[in-house]
Amino acid sequence: MSYLSIRDLELRLKGGGRLLRRVSLEVARGEVHGLVGESGAGKSMIGKAVLGTLPRSVEIVSGQILLDGTDVLAMHPAARRRLIGATCALIPQDPLTALNPAHRVGPQITDRLVDILRWPRAKAEARARELLAEVQIAEPERVMRSYPHELSGGMRQRILIASAFAAEPKLIVADEPTTALDVTVQKQILKLIKAMQERHGTALLFVTHDLGVVSKICQRLSVLYAGMVVEDTDVRTFFRAPRHPYSRALLAATPKYTDPTHSLTPVPEAVIATVRAEVAEADRRAGA
Amino acid sequence: MQLLQTIFLRLITTAVTLFGVAVIVFVVIRIVPGNPIAMMLPPGATEADIARLSALYGLDKSIPEQFAIWSGGVLRGDFGTSITTRQPVLGLVLGRLPATLELAIMALVMAVLIGGVMALTGTRLRGTRSEGAIDVANGMALSIPDFLWGLVLILAFGVLLPVFHISGRITPSLQLPFSTNFYLFESLVRLRFDLWADIVSHMFLPALALAIPLSAVIGQLLKQSLKETMHLDYVTLSRTKGYGENHVILHEALPNAILPTLTLIGVQFTFLIGGTVIIERLFSYEGLGNLAIDAVINRDLPLIQGIVILFAAIFTVVNLVVDLLYATLNPRLRHA
Ligand SMILES: Nc1ncnc2c1ncn2[C@@H]1O[C@H](COP(=O)(O)OP(=O)(O)OP(=O)(O)O)[C@@H](O)[C@H]1O
Ligand SMILES: [Mg+2]
Repeated sequence: MSYLSIRDLELRLKGGGRLLRRVSLEVARGEVHGLVGESGAGKSMIGKAVLGTLPRSVEIVSGQILLDGTDVLAMHPAARRRLIGATCALIPQDPLTALNPAHRVGPQITDRLVDILRWPRAKAEARARELLAEVQIAEPERVMRSYPHELSGGMRQRILIASAFAAEPKLIVADEPTTALDVTVQKQILKLIKAMQERHGTALLFVTHDLGVVSKICQRLSVLYAGMVVEDTDVRTFFRAPRHPYSRALLAATPKYTDPTHSLTPVPEAVIATVRAEVAEADRRAGA
Repeated sequence: MQLLQTIFLRLITTAVTLFGVAVIVFVVIRIVPGNPIAMMLPPGATEADIARLSALYGLDKSIPEQFAIWSGGVLRGDFGTSITTRQPVLGLVLGRLPATLELAIMALVMAVLIGGVMALTGTRLRGTRSEGAIDVANGMALSIPDFLWGLVLILAFGVLLPVFHISGRITPSLQLPFSTNFYLFESLVRLRFDLWADIVSHMFLPALALAIPLSAVIGQLLKQSLKETMHLDYVTLSRTKGYGENHVILHEALPNAILPTLTLIGVQFTFLIGGTVIIERLFSYEGLGNLAIDAVINRDLPLIQGIVILFAAIFTVVNLVVDLLYATLNPRLRHA
């Protein structure tokens, strides 16, 4: 059975339009599931819905989010928060803004272990040192005593990755974890996430624009357009024979998989028209 | 090292500032109309009497000469003699200073408490009607100046519902065992809670009048910064760790959001000290402000100079303390 299963999740802007259109997806234990789609498609919203950090302006209309079979949307908010804190984690997009500038790095790794999981402080600190070594940070002791502004972006992303794995979560949501980094650092961080994920057997929901990245680290992927899943399949099938015209167009627009010397082919008008019609049809059916 | 250098630089600028203030005050109070000597003497005193007394106080000399004599004295710790009371200015001023400091600090503490609670509650309840109510209360507190709040408080809690004293610093009939003029502080140290209660009951309304507008400023700015901080990534990350709203506001947002408010408090505290002048008058509170008004009415030039210099010195010290506090609270500055 899958660890995360999202069923018919419907999100709406309060007093506004639909943000997610009956989104369903499954992520098995230890599996990496990619979420791709153009900007504004709702990829981040799915991650936020899972972790319970949706903006106040967004409401959950219907649907279920099951973690290991438990519908977290039906839980009491405080209990849900603790469950998510204990079993899930986030690797954020921008390491420069995701660490609190007012606190030292060490407590930002150990806080969840000490406050939420009630570990003794010494044990949590030992664990933090271990994790920092695991993400290849030299001098973990010194880094833990540092403030975020004293460290480089790549270092901070390593720290955030260490922090995400601290409580041995079953599921990690990574929302474009490399886009804010230097190109040279991007590859290392991606490798690191993949290595950590495999070693710890963590399920990973990986939000990205980049089909190249998907082909390297994901087993499955969902393609989103305007809050609707247009294709949900395993990676091999996707790259061999994408079923939906929008997926095919996306693939064609990714230089690596056609001709690297070729410039990007934008998604053709006709394909956009097709997928728009599908969205309209879905809205009509939902309205009826 | 950095810190010592900062302090040294600030001391130099402080000295220059104080000198400038001294010159301006010295000149201004001598060119405005009103002869202090004529006001001291009984009606019917002759021109000769006035001239004799003026010479005694050195007021017959030119302004630059007077300034040279006065500043020479100041450098030796002699601020001159008050014309009306015939006592040394320094002693008079230092004797009143504790009363004003205690009032200002009590007002500041009240303002920070009220403003802080307003900001935190407003943030906790953001998006609800209670937040709107807090904003309205804030706006009202802000649009009425401290001395009008003083009148309102006197009417409400001194006259209609007389729970607090509205005049003086302490009940005059009480026996005071104090050896300093820091009554509030010393009564605590001596464990004389009876006296302490009486002093607080006298200070409460004037301090509150001073605190209300400041608390509104603090509350508004702090809430604004808190709300902006609540959207930041590290706050969201903290939520995913399992933390609730209270922890997120107090532990993640507040340490960052408080920095602009701290600067503001520094600036506003000097205004608050300025506000004590009228508030002390209103509540017949025997502090520096009341002394200053008497000095101005009597054209007591040496006393006015002494008080103004002291006020200016307090302002600069307060600003220095705030800057140092800011540097300690903001790790980015500490290591820069
Ligand atoms: N705080 C918010 N309040 C209201 N609407 C929002 C908010 N954040 C995003 N949206 C809207 O929700 C929709 C989905 O946004 P989302 O952030 O999930 O997109 P995304 O697929 O992650 O895009 P990107 O690749 O740019 O990150 C967008 O149309 C966006 O305008
Ligand atoms: Mg996004």
